[in-house]
Amino acid sequence: MELFDNLALGFGVAFTFQNLIYAFVGCLLGTLIGVLPGVGPVATIAMLLPATYALPPVAALIMLAGIYYGAQYGGSTTAILVNLPGEASSVVTMIDGYQMARKGRAGPALAAAGLGSFFAGCVGTLILAAFAAPLTEVAFKFGPAEYFSLMVLGLIGAVVLASGSLLKAVAMIVLGLLMGLIGTDVNSGVARFSFDIPELTDGIGFIVIAMGVFGYGEIIHNLSHKEEDREVFTGKVTGLMPTATDFKNMVPAVLRGTTIGSVLGILPGGGALLAAFAAYTIEKKTKLKPGEVPFGQGNIRGVASPESANNSGSQTSFIPLLTLGIPPNAVMALMVGAMTIHNIQPGPQVMTSNPELFWGLIASMWIGNAMLVILNLPLIGMWIKLLTVPYRWLFPAIVLFCAIGVYSTNNNTWDIWMVAGFGVIGYLFIKLGVEPAPLLLGFILGPMMEENLRRAMLLSRGDWSVFVTRPLSASLLAAAAVLLVIVMLPAVKSKREEAFVEE
Amino acid sequence: MLIKSQKDFFSGLMFTVVGAAFAYGATGYSIGTGGRMGPGYFPLLLGVILAILGGIIMFKALVVEAPGGDKIGKWAWKPLFLIIAANVLFGVMIGGLPSIGLPPMGLIVGIFALTIVASLAGDSFRLKEVLILSVILSIGSYAAFILLLKLQFPVWPTFIAG
Repeated sequence: MELFDNLALGFGVAFTFQNLIYAFVGCLLGTLIGVLPGVGPVATIAMLLPATYALPPVAALIMLAGIYYGAQYGGSTTAILVNLPGEASSVVTMIDGYQMARKGRAGPALAAAGLGSFFAGCVGTLILAAFAAPLTEVAFKFGPAEYFSLMVLGLIGAVVLASGSLLKAVAMIVLGLLMGLIGTDVNSGVARFSFDIPELTDGIGFIVIAMGVFGYGEIIHNLSHKEEDREVFTGKVTGLMPTATDFKNMVPAVLRGTTIGSVLGILPGGGALLAAFAAYTIEKKTKLKPGEVPFGQGNIRGVASPESANNSGSQTSFIPLLTLGIPPNAVMALMVGAMTIHNIQPGPQVMTSNPELFWGLIASMWIGNAMLVILNLPLIGMWIKLLTVPYRWLFPAIVLFCAIGVYSTNNNTWDIWMVAGFGVIGYLFIKLGVEPAPLLLGFILGPMMEENLRRAMLLSRGDWSVFVTRPLSASLLAAAAVLLVIVMLPAVKSKREEAFVEE
Repeated sequence: MLIKSQKDFFSGLMFTVVGAAFAYGATGYSIGTGGRMGPGYFPLLLGVILAILGGIIMFKALVVEAPGGDKIGKWAWKPLFLIIAANVLFGVMIGGLPSIGLPPMGLIVGIFALTIVASLAGDSFRLKEVLILSVILSIGSYAAFILLLKLQFPVWPTFIAG
């Protein structure tokens, strides 16, 4: 079996001492920051990205992947213990998780989240490994027209599945695309929108945008609330192991969650977030056994299922990135940036040109998941300590890490001025109720989209119909159109709004 | 006419203005034709699309009823100013400001400046606590970024380190 050969190669790479250490460090750092409320995975990865510059590419990606899962695990811990979403996809975990914690069952809730996520992560990794090769084959048949259409589908999908106003999200994508075009045009060498500032001819760094908009913007927003509004966990966690009945309830929920997550994760857009919502909704619709605690009052299924779903979803969302080079969400967009820094062009060629990187990364995901269970359950006491750290000590540290991080990308103070500007813009976005994630996606895809559009149009001699006469491209565009139409149908529209209001 | 949704109206306005600005800027570059796109083609196209989307959003904000008027609410000027100022001050300390003759003061001074100014943005400010925090962050950053990751930072003021 080729799959096993590939996985063997991957584990060979991932099981070297050095890479194990980096996976561990990534998971640890990710959990550390993920546990802190108010810092999502995007800001976390952006903040820690500079720490990976000096590493070899494989180690850097392994560490970044570790940070990503770590941040997600950490997020669920915060959700259960202090009723604050460490990240968006643990919003539903809060509902039953926090209730369990209040009834003194924080231990089993954390264990359910941890074990469920571990199982889901294993399944997600296997699916990723199995699907990567055939999908890559398909990707090689893609011409520029197909790539352009695929990016359109990806971007549309991303906003359809996200929360909030559809129109505003589309506008944010376009804004992101435009910002991605700032800098030197590769075809003509013309510096666009650079206002004769030499630093701008290289374009805006994506770290600057990510940190300014997601980091500073959120801090400023958080500080506008009074500190008393934030709840602090004071209780104790005793007895981690779920009881036999817990297990009986958990297992089917984990299985359902994993399945939903794997499927939804592949779709472009807020894979993990949507997966968690969908999984919780389905659990809620499933009939309660006699004697079971109702949902919303601390049912263990309400923790196990969405946590499994968001973990398998975040795993399978690597599929579009690794096979097609298209990031399905903001975190993956950051991964693209990270790969580019290490001179790897994400896309189907990664698997053939850097097989050890490709399979090593996949294998390390599994290892990372295993490490997280080990890290999270026994070390839970340490994470709880962290939650008692007051925000007034945390935010100056976060501001500092952001500032050091942007400075170290180019050793140039220009980036520090830029991040200040984007901090203001980020706060403006929050005030205006526009979501910044689509902007980051558009920003990453902007240059790629223009490049493919130009090439496709050059090949067709200026004939726009090339996008609809080539069957693959036409079906991708049709899929994007169908998605848009479905979301705009009145019935679906109200359901969609309802689903996201539930938080 | 009354604005039904403040948030939507002003975000639409932002999109329209920015889109129009990009589109206007793009006309300064060669546009080219569909088959041979110049550097101005794609930005012009996107700028126009963004301006139109912004227009639609503004229009909807005037017509569609929103619960509670979707108010933007009060601006948190104090944290906004202080966080950004802390960040800028850190940049000044690292890079120096030749225009007023300030030499680069280095990482450690920068950390103290940033931490103190940023902390002012919180609800309560206790100088002793903030100074302890600055010391901890300085030691931690020195260990992590200079010793471990070997990033190239000026650590001390240039007139001391030479």
